[in-house]
Amino acid sequence: MVIDWNAFTPVAASAGGALIGLAAAIFLLFNGRIAGISGVLGGLLAPARGDVGWRVAFVLGLVGAPGAWLLLAARPALQVDASWGALVVAGLLVGIGTRYASGCTSGHGVCGLSRLSPRSLVATLTFMAAGFATVYLVRHLFA
Amino acid sequence: MKSMLTALLAGLVFGLGLILSGMANPAKVLGFLDLAGAWDPSLAFVMAGAIAIGLVAFTTARGRARSLLGEPMRMPTATRIDRRLVGGSILFGIGWGIAGFCPGPALVALGMGEAKAMVFVAAMLAGMGLHALLERRTAAAPAAT
Repeated sequence: MVIDWNAFTPVAASAGGALIGLAAAIFLLFNGRIAGISGVLGGLLAPARGDVGWRVAFVLGLVGAPGAWLLLAARPALQVDASWGALVVAGLLVGIGTRYASGCTSGHGVCGLSRLSPRSLVATLTFMAAGFATVYLVRHLFA
Repeated sequence: MKSMLTALLAGLVFGLGLILSGMANPAKVLGFLDLAGAWDPSLAFVMAGAIAIGLVAFTTARGRARSLLGEPMRMPTATRIDRRLVGGSILFGIGWGIAGFCPGPALVALGMGEAKAMVFVAAMLAGMGLHALLERRTAAAPAAT
């Protein structure tokens, strides 16, 4: 294992992580809910009465974050190397997979681990392992 | 109304955290998932930072029946570790490894006007819709004896 010291940003990563934790705390303590993005978004596909507004508000906050960021700072780096076809396949897998698993990096990874949920620990270790394996196959075996 | 504002704020702060941490950038996420290449450990620090705050929040919330706005606390009740959890997580991890996007960062990248994020999010919503469809079919089917 070789660490890419030029790419590694421990301070920004930790501070950004703390903001993510703060967001989860706000949502938990004020709304009484888990800040799981796939769950918030997925619930909009089969909307129930009185269950739409807060979901839309949360998603608008996420989508609006770059706009707020640009008021104070430079445009953040954004590099998507995947081809169009790969993006479609990846999107389908992420959509169906997160719904079957009832969570993604935020719901299981951040909130579930913060709740010390064994179920979320299994989910997080599983999707991390699948992610490591996939990148290994794509970048090193079939490249 | 207040709960809409706090939901908006939570989404906004979440998104800002993703941008600050670099996690809204798929190339950086893939740098973490690429253990055999030049490895960027940043994502582990993002998780650690988030969980450090999350632990305090969830410990504080434990035992509360109502949120600060008087909403019921809706905590997950599932505890079973089953095929759905593991299988779903495997599919998710594969998709994550292909593109470097998970749901939150994809929505933030969408907000940057990135065309590739639009395609990814559209496909992700289709995947979620497919799940809902399959679940409805399962629910409608007569129970196996």
